[in-house]
Amino acid sequence: MSGPAPALDAMRLALVGVPNCGKTALFNRLTGSRQKVANYAGVTVERKEGAFAGPTRGERYRLLDLPGAYSLTPTTLDEAITRDCLLGRLAGESAPERVICVVDATNLRLNLRLVLELRDLGVPMIVALNMSDLAHSRGFGLDRERLERELGVPVVETVAIRDGGERALLERLEGLPTLAPRPPTEWRESSFEQIQQTQREVRRILHAAGYREPARNRALQRVDGLVMHPIAGPVILAALLFFVFQAVFSWAAVPMELVDAGVNWLGAQLHAALPPGLLNSLLVDGVIAGAGSVLVFLPQIMILFFFILVLEDSGYLPRAAYLLDRMMGSVGLSGRAFIPLLSSFACAVPGIMATRTIPNVRDRLATIMIAPLMTCSARLPVYALIIAAFIPRQRVGAFNLQGLVLFTLYVAGIVSAMAVAYALKRTALRSTYHPLLLELPEYRWPDPRNLMLGLWERLKIFLQRVGTIILALMIVLWFLSSFPAAPDGATGPAIQYSFAGSIGRALEHVFAPIGFNWQISLALVPGLAAREVAVGALGTVYSLSATGDDVAATLVPMIAGTWSLATALSLLAWYVFAPQCLSTLVVVKRETNSWRYPLLMAGYLFALAYIAAFITYRVASAVLS
Amino acid sequence: MPPVSLSTLRKGARGTVADVRDDAQTLGDEAQSTVSRRLLELGFIPGEAFEVIAEIWPGGDPMAVRLGNTLFALRRREAGAVLVSVEGG
Repeated sequence: MSGPAPALDAMRLALVGVPNCGKTALFNRLTGSRQKVANYAGVTVERKEGAFAGPTRGERYRLLDLPGAYSLTPTTLDEAITRDCLLGRLAGESAPERVICVVDATNLRLNLRLVLELRDLGVPMIVALNMSDLAHSRGFGLDRERLERELGVPVVETVAIRDGGERALLERLEGLPTLAPRPPTEWRESSFEQIQQTQREVRRILHAAGYREPARNRALQRVDGLVMHPIAGPVILAALLFFVFQAVFSWAAVPMELVDAGVNWLGAQLHAALPPGLLNSLLVDGVIAGAGSVLVFLPQIMILFFFILVLEDSGYLPRAAYLLDRMMGSVGLSGRAFIPLLSSFACAVPGIMATRTIPNVRDRLATIMIAPLMTCSARLPVYALIIAAFIPRQRVGAFNLQGLVLFTLYVAGIVSAMAVAYALKRTALRSTYHPLLLELPEYRWPDPRNLMLGLWERLKIFLQRVGTIILALMIVLWFLSSFPAAPDGATGPAIQYSFAGSIGRALEHVFAPIGFNWQISLALVPGLAAREVAVGALGTVYSLSATGDDVAATLVPMIAGTWSLATALSLLAWYVFAPQCLSTLVVVKRETNSWRYPLLMAGYLFALAYIAAFITYRVASAVLS
Repeated sequence: MPPVSLSTLRKGARGTVADVRDDAQTLGDEAQSTVSRRLLELGFIPGEAFEVIAEIWPGGDPMAVRLGNTLFALRRREAGAVLVSVEGG
């Protein structure tokens, strides 16, 4: 045998479609969990690619899920990426060999124009007619074959919630002719007249294909009457957010105890199995106690992400953006900033990355600058620890007092974010007008498979952080806390004599005015890598400070016994602003392409945190004494 | 009845789109016609039926408009580019 083997390279496919067309659900069905999430070279637009095998001959495909786009003439970075990728203009990406254009069958008037635009590019294309099961009962009608003839490209039905449509889709895809590689396409944005002409063509085709749009669901219209009601709407939004935060606290209690018990059990087993000494201490005090004290917050983070994904999938988020546009506008932000800011409640990093959907640069910068003020899930462990230790578990009216305090902290973050945005938009980031033009898709039930995949993605990211950066820092911290060893005849706990003790005492001078002891000061240092590390660090510091064998003693009673309430409240206030999160600063640097904004961000957050903690500590000390 | 701007309408108003003006006129040059272009791309084209279904209180801005079968949220400034014929007047 000689000559090259038959092409083993997987064929490159791209999924294209307008936002809310059901593209991601199809992507998930085709690729399952075999997905790779990264960024496009040089920008922070999320690049999702998956691999799968064809149903008949087992050919291999690589499927790229391009960002949703209404048009090839972009108004956002996402849309520009989609256009450039299709045109083969994107550095590091070759143009796809086949395009699957996903259209929402119940909304073809909005979807079909993009199909015509893509068809004119000349890429081999297939149209996936994404159909809701209910469409037919609501009066949907379409002659698929006629549509196919009119468009001149294959049209395949895929029912959103049933498997099987994909098979037909792939069979048709295999039948598409292979075209010779094209020269880079000459492409020019269409004129107003051309857009109108295409729109008329869309309507002609739909008429010819006997298209009957399903009526909008009456019940859902009534829901919208409430959700978008000028008074009921904001009330529902506030209630919804409040419910989410209560749920994060109440539902997570049992799984958290389980994780905690598991970690303690593992620590005890290891402690008993290994001979006493350095390795024992490293594994039990450093690795297990450190990583475990962060891992315990996994249930809360998962619950929060679950709600964000449900709100996103159900179609509620754009309505919230509509409701909040005026409020956001009053501090100079766009309603679109709501989605990045909501994501920042999970983590500022994806939140800052999500700001790319804000077309205006200065708006985007202002949103980035306040994103870290949204209480990210990494702060939750810190809040949870202090609340558990200092706030009594009792009810205030219908509410749980601990949940109420947590809610207050979230509100404090939001209010300061608004104040900072207001200040920024009136000074450094004053901008010209920018439009709001937002599609409000019909509500739909979140697809369990999409939810599971989304949660799985977050879980992986969180565990990778715990497993890599956080674990590494825990080990560094354990080292700092264990060396040098206490001198002979020392009376205090060993950690006082270590490097960590020296750093903590040096920092104590800075933080004493706001009520932090050296253990807290010390824990803030590794917290620089990730805020939740501070909890693990406190775990390590206190478990090592403990004399004797009571390493298993949990952190909560420990700090409840040693900190004053004023100190605890001061630390809570500090964490509302908490400048220390290197990943956020690195992402800001990458997004803004300069050190100016990350430095500005770190500076202003530190100043606000210090001032807030100072005031809290002084006031609390005065009131409580 | 001569066409009026969508931005002048209140909740409950319905009719058909008459035209989209270049937003260089309504929003100034900095908008570079992006709003008008997107309005056209989203289907604000002559003859399309619309209804104003909600507005934010107070001030009525932004507003939610059903166009054909699709719901859009937009501010009155963007709506200013859309000329409509109101049903029933």
